[in-house]
Amino acid sequence: MSAQASEVPAKRKKVAFLDREATSVTEAFLQRLLVGVHTFLSNGLAVAGLSIILLLIAVAAFAPWIATHDPNLQNLSMALKPPSSVNWFGTDEYGRDIFSRIVYGSRVTLYIVTLVTITVGPIGLIVGTVSGYYGGTVDMIVMRITDLFLAFPGLILTLTFVAILGPGLEQAVLAIALTGWPAIARLARAETMTIRSSDYIAAARLQGASSLRIIFGSIIPVCMSSVIVRLTLGMASVILTAAGLGFLGLGAQPPTPEWGAMTSAGREYMLDSWWLVTAPGVAIMVVSLAFNLFGDGLRDVLDPKSK
Amino acid sequence: MTAISVKNLSIVFGEDENETKVLDAVSFDVEKGEVFGLVGESGSGKSTVLRCIAGLYTHWTGEILIDGQPVGAQLTKERCRKIQMVFQDPYGSLHPKHTVQTTLAAPLRIHGIGDSDRRITEVLRDVGLAPHLRFRYPHQLSGGQRQRVAIARALILRPFILLLDEPTSALDVSVQAEVLNVLSDIRDREGLTYLLVSHDLAVIGHMCRRLAVMQQGLIEEVVDYADLSGSRAQKAYSRMLFDASHHYDRSMANDITAARQAGGGTVHGA
Repeated sequence: MSAQASEVPAKRKKVAFLDREATSVTEAFLQRLLVGVHTFLSNGLAVAGLSIILLLIAVAAFAPWIATHDPNLQNLSMALKPPSSVNWFGTDEYGRDIFSRIVYGSRVTLYIVTLVTITVGPIGLIVGTVSGYYGGTVDMIVMRITDLFLAFPGLILTLTFVAILGPGLEQAVLAIALTGWPAIARLARAETMTIRSSDYIAAARLQGASSLRIIFGSIIPVCMSSVIVRLTLGMASVILTAAGLGFLGLGAQPPTPEWGAMTSAGREYMLDSWWLVTAPGVAIMVVSLAFNLFGDGLRDVLDPKSK
Repeated sequence: MTAISVKNLSIVFGEDENETKVLDAVSFDVEKGEVFGLVGESGSGKSTVLRCIAGLYTHWTGEILIDGQPVGAQLTKERCRKIQMVFQDPYGSLHPKHTVQTTLAAPLRIHGIGDSDRRITEVLRDVGLAPHLRFRYPHQLSGGQRQRVAIARALILRPFILLLDEPTSALDVSVQAEVLNVLSDIRDREGLTYLLVSHDLAVIGHMCRRLAVMQQGLIEEVVDYADLSGSRAQKAYSRMLFDASHHYDRSMANDITAARQAGGGTVHGA
């Protein structure tokens, strides 16, 4: 119908599904989603970001088929060989194939990013909305706790947690998650406070909705978009923090092929064998850039006001 | 029978030196099936009265009787089924991420009422919304359509009292009449009681027989609209309010300012 057609840019080509009247809640939602996808796809950089992320996921999923060598197989006679047709990115000090290690390293990176995001997102969202909705004492206590976390630079706090928990991949994830949730909680709280006094929340209360129903049914859907954008943009810094921990030897332990740890190990050979640090360094840069571009594009779709 | 009886309703906002008494011992009665108007200038406490009756504010003092029974400060599900409210701004009163269907189905689910499909169809027809709009988001509706959705949401629990907080002031003049007619039709059919807040005396005159004039948290007087329009109101403020709604010019503005200064800020006459 005309109402939908008039809202999207005129240059968009006609899609029958979008121009017809929705006949169910699901269909209305799908139409909305499709308009969002169109907006996203019209942003070239965001699409580039998404493509790199999809490539990363594909590489992680099919690592055994993509890798040309066993990532942990040592061959000292082949140590520190420059890039060639056999070892595309060269070999490291133990003669391991760097290309294969990078391919397997994508699994570690994705593992960290995913785990941190799915713990930080819901925790931050729930803590923030509950604290913002109830206000008063609850809000004060929760916000002083987040203040405490936000008072330290993220990496320093993460290092402290890792020092307490001990080095290792799981501990690194836990430490990054522990320092990540307060920022999300702050964001969700601020959003909640702006909408809590709105008429549609008052209307929901007048219908007899419980606080729990209001938080989950009315407030979280509104906060969700900015939290998703924030989480996506945060993924880049999660990658960098994880690489930083790996670099300091506090993240993934040898021989796990983690990009940060690989850069750290290659540091000693940097002057003669540049490929040891360059390859994982470029991988870290490209992937975190991709997450940033993707997050930016997502913000244009989900949160058009902040454009 | 009185549908709503308000006795000595007072409410205070803020603490210590910031304390503001927004309502000061407000009392009035609304008969069953009546449309009772509440008029006054901005900040006179009209909407606050509605929010107290609806149950959105809980720290008021005094007494509110609904259908002869006193209600407490807390909002109960039973009270939700008796009283509903329509808000002023249809752009802010509908959840931006909920379709019409979701908005209307939520109250039915909360109160465990089945048969929601039929009830939603009925209520959409009652407020004059085309069935094909049922799965639209608020941003796909016009202002008038949104206000109809808001009215439908208030009606779906079948309350017998509807609190209307300036239901037409955010709408285009041509749409205002349509919405008012929808409200009149529903009242004629269902025998609802309306408490209508407005600062538009034309709207009040169209809808109400009796009204209360409010000023600075006080009820100046309860008056029949016929008396008000016939300049037979008891209080000078009521007469001034009515006159100002008909012809407002520089000399009148000067008179009001002069009267205010003489009367120490408020106009208490007669």
